[in-house]
Amino acid sequence: MRILSAIGRHLLIILITALVGGLLGATLVRLAPGFGIQESDLNAQLSAETRKALHKEDAGERNVLSYYGHYLGSLIHGDLGYSRSMDRPVSELFRDRLPDTVESVVIGVAGGWLLGLALAIPASWKRAPFYSASATLISGIFLCIPSAVLALIFLVIGSPGKLAIALVVFPKVFRFSRNLLVKTYTMPHVLTARARGLSSARIFGWHILPNIAAPMLALAGVTVSIAFAAAIPVEVVCDSPGLGQLAWKAALSRDVPLLVNLTLVIAIVTVAANSFSELLSPAATRDVL
Amino acid sequence: MSRARWIATGVLIAVFVLALFASAFAPAPYAKQFRNDTDHPPSTQFPLGTDELGRDRLSRLLYGMRISLLLAPAAALISTALAAIIGGAGAYLGGTWDRATNMFIDLFLSLPWLFLLLTLRALLPLDIPPFTSVVVTFALLGILGWAASARIVAASVRSIRSSEFLLQARAAGCKPSRLLFRHVLPNVKPILLAQFWISVPLFILTEANLGMLGLGVTEPLPSWGNLLRELENYTALRHSPWLWVPLLSLVLVVSLFQFALGTEEPA
Repeated sequence: MRILSAIGRHLLIILITALVGGLLGATLVRLAPGFGIQESDLNAQLSAETRKALHKEDAGERNVLSYYGHYLGSLIHGDLGYSRSMDRPVSELFRDRLPDTVESVVIGVAGGWLLGLALAIPASWKRAPFYSASATLISGIFLCIPSAVLALIFLVIGSPGKLAIALVVFPKVFRFSRNLLVKTYTMPHVLTARARGLSSARIFGWHILPNIAAPMLALAGVTVSIAFAAAIPVEVVCDSPGLGQLAWKAALSRDVPLLVNLTLVIAIVTVAANSFSELLSPAATRDVL
Repeated sequence: MSRARWIATGVLIAVFVLALFASAFAPAPYAKQFRNDTDHPPSTQFPLGTDELGRDRLSRLLYGMRISLLLAPAAALISTALAAIIGGAGAYLGGTWDRATNMFIDLFLSLPWLFLLLTLRALLPLDIPPFTSVVVTFALLGILGWAASARIVAASVRSIRSSEFLLQARAAGCKPSRLLFRHVLPNVKPILLAQFWISVPLFILTEANLGMLGLGVTEPLPSWGNLLRELENYTALRHSPWLWVPLLSLVLVVSLFQFALGTEEPA
């Protein structure tokens, strides 16, 4: 029952995100320069009366709330609008480009976690100061490099640029998990297990892993959001046809309806990822992250 | 504070001074074009060479550092103030206000920051004067970067609100304004300061990312972001290693911030 109410609460949060995001989006589109200007205004063949009638038809759209209602109605029916810059329906653009971004994000998140844990587990296990300092230094360096430059470095060395997302995710995973592991290894029950002569693998599997699982799951949701944000500069630099590149193109051509829909979809995806990881982890870890 | 942190702070101050007095240290004005010396390799006259328009790279780097290092703290000040007002007020008022603020913060955090920046930047004209582009870029960073700090400020205010000393002060008949200014704010000040300093390198990096995407500070004004755009010509990188200098300086400055602040992920 508690799980059902938690799922219901998270679904409500996703719905509120969509509604508020939609309202903000519609307001931005409404306030964007150039809104309400029609091609018919430039058509010399139309009389003043005809133009007036056409403007009267669109008068309802000028009110933000009625515009929002219209926008929401279209959204429910899966109509995300039309991209002026790409000259295609937004839903079609999403369908074409989403797989590429999902692939980048999955590679980035998986790679970042593998690398982060591969460095963090030995750093907390062995407690060798030199190893720990080197691993911290490596993760620190990647924290200081803009993701666009990381993608560029991958291109220069002839590797797939998408791997750069993994290097953006990795420092966050490494630092958080290393600190968490170090803290867990000093817990009294772990010290007792060590004193009793339990093997390192058994201590890790039976006494460490259950303790760190919940906060690590909470971190998983955050890393999805980090990977999505990193996908924009990486896809732009690598000329990868994903949603990140689409957002950049939309920003440069000031295609506000496309940008707003894009932001809304990404927000829903990240809220869903965060909700999913939060459902699997205790609420106590929320403020830590 | 450890010796390494003192050294990092010292070097950071030196970099700030260098950037602040860029006009005194730079060999030439940042926009001056030496038409006969375009794409010049490093020499005594041009220590980092010149770009395709014949502008001295070292001068542009120094002036670019000045813009980033002066305006990132300004943006951090805006975001910290917003975090204090939104997060602090919600948590201080408690009840429905606290829940609503929390929800607003969560909503804001759910939107990837760079997407939001791109959307709002796109609403503004792209062909704005260079100085306006600087103000717009850093103002957007400040206005949109408050949410993570607000969550931490709210958590801190919430714990102060339920502390015994505040309960005692309230029982002694302290006015709400006195409670806020004499008891809550002095205790939140260290957290606000920490959030301010954590935001500065973050904003420098975000400006660099925006600049590389062509949505940051516009030419001819230099910034780390638009200086890094030269790296996009990666065939030139093989025979012109000095093109990496802006990136190395950026990594150095952000690393120094990390060392000086001793930033570690909480666990």
